[in-house]
Amino acid sequence: MIKTLAKSIRQYKKSSVLTPVFMFFEVLLEVSIPTLMARLIDDGISAGNMSEILKLGGILLAAALFSLAAGYMAGKFAAHASTGFASNLRSDIYGNIQKFSFHNIDKFSTASLITRLTTDVTNVQNAYQMIIRLAFRAPLMLIFAFIASMLIDNQLSLIFVAFIPILAIFLYVIQSKAHVLFERVFNTYDHLNSVVGENLSGMRAVKAYNREDYEDSKFKKISMSIFSDFSKAETIIALNGPVMQFCVFCSMILLAWFGAHAIVNSGNNEAIGLSTGELTSLIAYTMQILMSLMMLSFVFVMIVISRASAERITQVLNERSDLIDGAEHITEIPDGSVEFTGVNFRYSENAEKNVLDNINFKINSGETVGILGGTGSSKSSLVSLIPRLYDATEGNVKVGGIDVKDYNIRELRDAVSVVLQKNVLFSGTIKDNIRWGDENATDEEIERVCKLACADSFIKQFPDGYDTYIEQGGTNVSGGQKQRLCIARALMKKPKVLILDDSTSAVDTKTDAQIRKALRDEIPNTTKIIIAQRVASVEDADKIIILDDGHISGMGTHKELMETSEIYREVYESQNRVAQD
Amino acid sequence: MANKKDEPLYAPKGAARRGMGRVPGMKFSWTALRRIFGYLKNYKPQVAVVLVCILLSSVIMAAAALFLQVLIDDYITPLVALKLAGKAVDYGPLLTTCIKIGVFFIVGIIASYIFQRVMVVVAQGVLKRIRDEMFEHMQTLPLRYFDTHTHGDVMSFYTNDTDALRQCLAQSAPQVIASLVSVVAVFFSMLTVSIWLTLFVIVFVLFSFTIAGKIASKSGKYFVAQQQSLGDLNGYIEEMVNGQKVIKVFNHEDKVMEEFSEKNEHLRDKMNQANKYANVLMPVMGNLGNALYVLLGVIGGTFAINGIMNVSITGTGVLTLGAIVSFMQLSRGFMNPLSQVSNQLNFVVMALAGAERIFTLIDEKPETDDGYVGLTLAMRDNKNGGLKKSDKRAGLWAWEHPHKEDGTVTYTELKGDIVFDDVDFGYNENKIVLHNISLEAEPGKKIAFVGATGAGKTTITNLINRFYDIADGKIRYDGININKIKKADLRRSLGIVLQDVNLFTGTVMENIRYGRLEATDQECINAAKTANADGFIRMLPDGYETVLTGGGSGLSQGQRQLISIARAAVADPPVMILDEATSSIDTRTEALVTKGMDALMKGRTVFVIAHRLSTVRNSDLIMVLENGSIIEKGSHDELIASHGKYYQLYTGAFELE
Repeated sequence: MIKTLAKSIRQYKKSSVLTPVFMFFEVLLEVSIPTLMARLIDDGISAGNMSEILKLGGILLAAALFSLAAGYMAGKFAAHASTGFASNLRSDIYGNIQKFSFHNIDKFSTASLITRLTTDVTNVQNAYQMIIRLAFRAPLMLIFAFIASMLIDNQLSLIFVAFIPILAIFLYVIQSKAHVLFERVFNTYDHLNSVVGENLSGMRAVKAYNREDYEDSKFKKISMSIFSDFSKAETIIALNGPVMQFCVFCSMILLAWFGAHAIVNSGNNEAIGLSTGELTSLIAYTMQILMSLMMLSFVFVMIVISRASAERITQVLNERSDLIDGAEHITEIPDGSVEFTGVNFRYSENAEKNVLDNINFKINSGETVGILGGTGSSKSSLVSLIPRLYDATEGNVKVGGIDVKDYNIRELRDAVSVVLQKNVLFSGTIKDNIRWGDENATDEEIERVCKLACADSFIKQFPDGYDTYIEQGGTNVSGGQKQRLCIARALMKKPKVLILDDSTSAVDTKTDAQIRKALRDEIPNTTKIIIAQRVASVEDADKIIILDDGHISGMGTHKELMETSEIYREVYESQNRVAQD
Repeated sequence: MANKKDEPLYAPKGAARRGMGRVPGMKFSWTALRRIFGYLKNYKPQVAVVLVCILLSSVIMAAAALFLQVLIDDYITPLVALKLAGKAVDYGPLLTTCIKIGVFFIVGIIASYIFQRVMVVVAQGVLKRIRDEMFEHMQTLPLRYFDTHTHGDVMSFYTNDTDALRQCLAQSAPQVIASLVSVVAVFFSMLTVSIWLTLFVIVFVLFSFTIAGKIASKSGKYFVAQQQSLGDLNGYIEEMVNGQKVIKVFNHEDKVMEEFSEKNEHLRDKMNQANKYANVLMPVMGNLGNALYVLLGVIGGTFAINGIMNVSITGTGVLTLGAIVSFMQLSRGFMNPLSQVSNQLNFVVMALAGAERIFTLIDEKPETDDGYVGLTLAMRDNKNGGLKKSDKRAGLWAWEHPHKEDGTVTYTELKGDIVFDDVDFGYNENKIVLHNISLEAEPGKKIAFVGATGAGKTTITNLINRFYDIADGKIRYDGININKIKKADLRRSLGIVLQDVNLFTGTVMENIRYGRLEATDQECINAAKTANADGFIRMLPDGYETVLTGGGSGLSQGQRQLISIARAAVADPPVMILDEATSSIDTRTEALVTKGMDALMKGRTVFVIAHRLSTVRNSDLIMVLENGSIIEKGSHDELIASHGKYYQLYTGAFELE
């Protein structure tokens, strides 16, 4: 996991290294200050030597200034390194999402991808900053302070040596106990979020069924468990401070007792033994050493908290697309013919049932083919194999007589244009949206495809025409208008195969017919595959494929199917009863 | 409709709809603080204990610094003098003092543990109450609130804002209190040593704070910019990830990456600045503390050497060596907590801003309900042929109408006779969406609404169950003004299947049972059969016990609709509203579902809303809506015969949007 994440440090390596380097100087100075202070007290104040006081005072001030400078630089580089790392992480995650196949996209919910890109990255950023700042600072501090105190009096320094393991063990026990609880709390938090989220989006259902109290009790159960787990975890963490204080105070008293003996024995003479000034510094070092242990425990907590986030990020970063460009790298798609031979398809290896089972058919270039079938009959799955949104589990899918797996995906998808059932427009003008199909399209070309998709007429009625701004998700155009814009956008690619996946369901029958006529007349060489609910939408196709539960249950023209396919007849009759009424 | 689910239905178009884009106001909110104190009222003894313990531990911490002075001046120096004079050295008094101090310290440690422990429970308890109150109150809010607030925003009350509050209550607040107590304690200790030196410390601290304030405000400024930039990026990611499949289909990955990088870089820059200033604050304060330490050494030394008279609140005299040393320690004890406070202040301000948003939700006006007419199961009274209360479901319901004057109760049979009398309505006052709607739904009939998106079809149903209240006119339900019916009972009488299906995390069975909590498994399965959902449910990995997550994301839209119809069927309501309930179901399955539902609702009133005409065709009365008015009504045959709008729609001359 760390390896994966570390790859994103890149150009911020320098800052990441410089942070601890400057931290090193800061700590060095911070540690030497008490020693200098001791000398100031002993040689200056006690000796009544004003010039010595001024000299040492000057040195001390300079040291503080340098320490400030080092601290400033360390802080600056830490910010640069951690925010840069986070930015690279976001960019890497997002970049990897762009490489995702549909399969990969299906695996992660939109909400979870957003959380990973935002909250999780921020958590990791904070932990990283903490690590490069404190994880180095604390041990450095510990070592320096320890050496400095050893230099003053190695016997008295043994007092710390006794307390360091005691404190370390305590902190370790506390953290590992709290860790388990914290992880549980985080899981419960996810649960709480999902309850609130579902409650919000399902508020109409909640109110319609008078389930306010029911929801309330559901929520209270979770909030209760957060309360109890969190209290438990924090109660354990609350031991941190007192344990630390205990060690500090014990060291202080022991230092006082033994220090007093040492000073008295030396006659408060630094040359012979311990002096009062040195005792003062020793006490300051005690604080520093134990503080740095405390800091380490703090870093530990941060790492615990961010670990879950880091894991979630790694999941996305390590997700590899299962679709790779064909070895042949064919970039030229000869024509728009489509052929399925013995195609089986499952969304996941361990699914028991095939979503598509033994599919065989051939569509000639330029034909119009309708696909009809009930809810869940795998119509969308079938067409998604053509532009390689998914790979067939078994069998071959050919476009232009060549297996789709031999093409470069990019060129294949440019040649096979799908208008997805769940389609979206992006915020931006209508022109911007249509240009998704071809970045360099001229205004005339845009108008042409919009006319083909019967969108030109309504676009022209907007005050801003083609420059009308589409809101996020296309909420300011109606369903039917949105569908027509999506068709225009797909046409802009000048595809060899055009797939309309229930793309005219919100368009009235008359316009629907107009669009079909325009497609037939204006792009006769493009193969058109139309999935529809309405029989009328496919009635005049060259061929109609009837799907039932993943099988082809019938194939032929309208006329043929009316005779051979019972399903087709039933659907036709259910939709055209009036005609006979 | 793929993206409609998370959209506020009636929010102004293009309004900021990003949850995390809110900029925290960097203002200190006293009202929020006062209300948080209000929550602490329930914890009076605990808070008292906490305060006493904080006081105790802070005083002892301050005393720890004084300990050094006592040690040097009262013990070590005299002992050294004795030793140098060649006399016997007695460590007895020092031992006693050490033990006394040790006991003192232990009391301090215990105090600090107690306050932290108690504070954890208090803080978590307050948070639990706030969360519960928030959720409980949220359930009472009118639908208008949910339609006009983005879910992201409301969600963040429960996550970001409560979290900030938790940090503040559990960590910042005790720290700030403890720091302030120590500062005061240390201040008095300093005064006992030297007033002059104390004055110097004060001046120095004021100077330090000016610098710290400058840095903090820079950091704050960039922090605001960072949040804005973060919101911007979040919005972008949300839109793009939602359309990820479209991006793939159009090979637009590189283009999207370019735009993303630009926004990402902007965010990085702002984050970098905000963090830089925040990081720099500590070394600045720390080293100013060091400088203070040095300056005190120099000034104190000058005092001591030149024998300048010192004034302290305990008297006057010459500054001793021990006094200087311990004063220097005290100065750290003064400076450190102050820099802690300055560090915490940003968190506190942020937490209070969050608390303010939470309180806005809690203060939101709940749905009003002045109804007094209730709904009850009923049975025929054999004696007089009237109705009486029953606790068995027998397909008979009655309105329970209490009369205040004489305390009697009358029962009116629920027939499902719904009348709109000249109703006007608008989601906001200046935009009326329904005009002069008058209609009568006869009991037991199937009434259909057709019309374009925005014609007001769903709005009419929103009014029947009082999700919204009408502006003008009257709606009567079996002759009773619906304003007089208790909302809960009104809604209980209406089963609604909505276009946007909302399933909850839980098993399929639990989701169906949501319609009627006391329904048996068999009743749920029967309902699923009615909805034609039984077949596919049995194909799921664990059948009815299959756990649905993420709103049933593993199911197709059509399958979700079938479950939601089953949910309404199990509720077995006297009146049913089907709002585009079968829009994603193919026409063949739809025919089967309709047959099942017609059987269930036989003799009861049903409202059907659809844009697919085959769905409404067999209704008894079809109403065609346009721009909030009913332009045609009649049966299918009548409307076809009249060659009006419906006829045009039906023959495909017009498009419904």
